[in-house]
Amino acid sequence: MEKQRVVFNNKVLPYMLLAPQVAITLVFFIWPASQSLFLSVLQQDPFGLSSTFVWFDNFSTIFTDEIYRKSLGTTAIFSLLVTLASMSVALLLAVLANRVLFTGRVYKTLIIWPYAVATMVAGVLWYFLFNPTAGIISHLLKSMNYDWNHGLYEGQAFFLVVFASVWRQVSYNFIFFLAGLQSIPPSLIEASAIDGASPFRRFWTIVFPLLSPTSFFLIVVNVVYAFFDTFGVVDAITGGGPNHATDIMVFKVYHDGFKGLDYGGSAAQSVILMGVVILLTIIQFRYIERKVHY
Amino acid sequence: MANATIENVKKSFGDVEVLHGISCDIRDGEFIVILGPSGCGKSTLLRLIAGLEKITSGTIKIEERVVNDLEPADRDIAMVFQNYALYPHMTVFNNMAYGLKIRKMTKEEIRNRVHKAAEILELSELLNRKPRQLSGGQRQRVAMGRCIVREPKLFLFDEPLSNLDAKLRVQMRLEIRRLHQSLNITSIYVTHDQVEAMTLADRLIVMDKGFAGQIGTPLEVYEKPANKFVAGFIGSPAMNFFDAEMAGDGKSIRLSSGEGLQLSGEGVTETAEKTVTVGIRPEHFVICDENKAQIHLRTDLVEKLGADTLVHGYFKDNGDALTLRLNGIQHFDRNNLLPMWVAPENVHVFNQQSGDRLN
Repeated sequence: MEKQRVVFNNKVLPYMLLAPQVAITLVFFIWPASQSLFLSVLQQDPFGLSSTFVWFDNFSTIFTDEIYRKSLGTTAIFSLLVTLASMSVALLLAVLANRVLFTGRVYKTLIIWPYAVATMVAGVLWYFLFNPTAGIISHLLKSMNYDWNHGLYEGQAFFLVVFASVWRQVSYNFIFFLAGLQSIPPSLIEASAIDGASPFRRFWTIVFPLLSPTSFFLIVVNVVYAFFDTFGVVDAITGGGPNHATDIMVFKVYHDGFKGLDYGGSAAQSVILMGVVILLTIIQFRYIERKVHY
Repeated sequence: MANATIENVKKSFGDVEVLHGISCDIRDGEFIVILGPSGCGKSTLLRLIAGLEKITSGTIKIEERVVNDLEPADRDIAMVFQNYALYPHMTVFNNMAYGLKIRKMTKEEIRNRVHKAAEILELSELLNRKPRQLSGGQRQRVAMGRCIVREPKLFLFDEPLSNLDAKLRVQMRLEIRRLHQSLNITSIYVTHDQVEAMTLADRLIVMDKGFAGQIGTPLEVYEKPANKFVAGFIGSPAMNFFDAEMAGDGKSIRLSSGEGLQLSGEGVTETAEKTVTVGIRPEHFVICDENKAQIHLRTDLVEKLGADTLVHGYFKDNGDALTLRLNGIQHFDRNNLLPMWVAPENVHVFNQQSGDRLN
């Protein structure tokens, strides 16, 4: 079968077609990224009038900083929890939605809604619901003799930012899982039913492996989400506190840079953050993707 | 191996009844083919037997045990799907071993069974391949292997050959027949291909719009179709149908052209209708001398297919359209009047309204 080829004689046209994408990448990614690479090796004076080239002093300062090391640990646990929880909850909901025939449409629409809510708004929403003095949920918890104050207790604050981040991301994962489930031919499930597999076993031996391309894609996307997009949630709910309990890397970059005015240190942190995410993505592609294709 | 009984099985989807009461006794080791055009309910019937759909009313028994409410897993059946439904992430070996592992057989036993089945189906070399690395015919064989290893009571086939090319289809048809002869497992096979049906079946169930039009051996169905639908569905090119008048004693019929045909035996014994539908297969017309001729055909188009020749034409002058099939290559001019004769046992008479057979 011969493929149809479109030939452009104009040599400039391909570049013009590429230009908008390249421009966006340059302006919104390459430029800021190189800026922070550059800033990460500079030290500014307290008044922001001059800066000195300090090699990797900013990096060594960060790594000796107790708070920064705590932030690394927090980020690791945070992104792990957010990814795991949002994916497993979404998978559960998608499996249930896939079985429902009649009220399915309403259910699916409702479940997709939270994704349309901006991260910051989602954060504010949960902030108010759990607000120790005005929140409905914290009021309920108090009536059950549970003392809720995420401004005071580290564990509660951490739970709340994880919860709010997961809540929003479930919608996104749900759509992909549902699409993945619907692309599995029903005859495969029927064949395994005839082969004698229980519904639970059918899921683990047939459905779950066949969803693996979807799951892999979602792992990559969710890790990136947990590392970057959750900034708004943290900023709205806890502001990194209490006692840096929710001070994830991306928030600390912002906080140290724009509130602490330590541009060099903040830039160094963002370089590390970028490195971590690049590394994680490479690992995912190298080791997980290999097991995905069947 | 087992017998199976289907008793007055009905199935509705919502308010729409798609099966209107099918009954059939299936004997031990028999090969039953369910044949019908698309939408006649044949796949639904198979899925009811498999337990993939719940029956609305009636009874299905496998080896004298009512299985109406049993899960597919508990019915001890195996099924070959139209798209094979191989597990794409498992090797051929694991595809075949899947059902055995679930039944908690020993590793040793599983190995033996899979290798034995692979040998029968010539899959031994392919056990470590994934389904996507196999050709259509090989996938088809893996799908059958997955059923064989289970040694089920009942084999179900849902149009298993429809995704193969014509040549492979003929080959796999023979393999299925051979397999059935050596394993002798009771089988139910759904198809819309009448050649598959005629060659594979011990008995046929010809289905039409949710009814079983006729249940019988392929030859019974061919020689004595129970109604006009079955008569028209079996045979290619299809049977010729035309209206005729019953002659007085019910032993002959009179065509609109004024010519007549004899009926065999008793003829039509009881009918109130004067006008009936007559069916004659294209291959049952015999060209004869003018003095023996019962009817005449005015030739129109002639199609030479090599092995046989199809002659299209009309009864005498401006009568009903007819198709004839003659052996070998034969030449006819257009607008020629051919004298013909039809053996009495090859003249089928049907009720004009209901389509039921009358003779």
